Amino acid sequence: MDGLIGRFTNLFKAWISRLLDTAEDPSVTLDYSYERQLELLQNVKRGVADVVTAKKRIQFQSDKLEGSVVKLESQARQALAGGREDLARAALERKAFAQQQLQGLDTQSAGLEQQQGKLVESERRLAMKIEAFRSQKEVIKAEYSAADAQVRIGEAATGIGEEMAETGLAIERARERTEQLQARSAALDELVESGTLEDFTGTSSSSLDRELEKIDSNQLVEADLARLRGELGAGAGAETQQLGQGVSR
Amino acid sequence: MIVRVIGEGQYEVDEGLVERLNALDRQALDALERNEETELDRCLDGMAKLVREGGTRLSDDVLTPSEIIVPPSDLTLEETRKLISEQGFIPDPPVRA
Repeated sequence: MDGLIGRFTNLFKAWISRLLDTAEDPSVTLDYSYERQLELLQNVKRGVADVVTAKKRIQFQSDKLEGSVVKLESQARQALAGGREDLARAALERKAFAQQQLQGLDTQSAGLEQQQGKLVESERRLAMKIEAFRSQKEVIKAEYSAADAQVRIGEAATGIGEEMAETGLAIERARERTEQLQARSAALDELVESGTLEDFTGTSSSSLDRELEKIDSNQLVEADLARLRGELGAGAGAETQQLGQGVSR
Repeated sequence: MIVRVIGEGQYEVDEGLVERLNALDRQALDALERNEETELDRCLDGMAKLVREGGTRLSDDVLTPSEIIVPPSDLTLEETRKLISEQGFIPDPPVRA
């Protein structure tokens, strides 16, 4: 079995021969190759833009989750103050889950950052090679009748072909990573939307919210009752006093 | 001879380096067969490092073919497997409309 180096070398050779196969006239090969180089340069720029978009999406999700962590913390505090340790526990469990997801998003974001760096680097190198190719191709075309023109065309086209294959590979790898992240990100969105993590979205009134509202209203009722009792107690005392006064009179 | 490390550029290296590259390459294949991501990582890093440190970097505006092509050092098990499968996974060159 071929080693990885052998496999890669063959893979690149095959790719380049597909690239160069299309034209017999060397000067056509040069122009054709140049056109494709420019297309590839556009593709790699698009690849960078796609990674940036994916990063923004992850940032958006992170912000949402960070908001949830803050909200769940305050819910836990509120629940504990209301004597509902069970609710506080539920809120803290969800908070822990949200924090876990946040960590995952951080890792993904760092991975995308790396992909972006590689694509940008790839774009830079390809642009330099294209520039070199552009100036060489005019020279080669002028020398086309010379015996070594064929060889030089082959070398220049193969030399840049490698860079093109490499760029194609970089774009493909970034695209696959981004797709995987998007799938995971969509799954997280779905969890949120299905209500499994409904507390994290803050868009719907969750059961935790309702329970906490109940504590709030219970506390209000208790406070009101106490107030009424107090008023009644004061009223009753005054009446007794009046009655007492009446008797003594 | 000219060696390309994918993701890093081309290097002029001594022929003697190939022996050591091949040794690491065999270990990388073993790691792949045993599903050992960390070991594969080590071998890929080692191959790239060997070329990087033992060779002379060619300028980016040089247009010359490479004799051998060393895989990117950050390849995962899954990606490597895909690459040595029938198809490889470099998409076709852009096609003119």
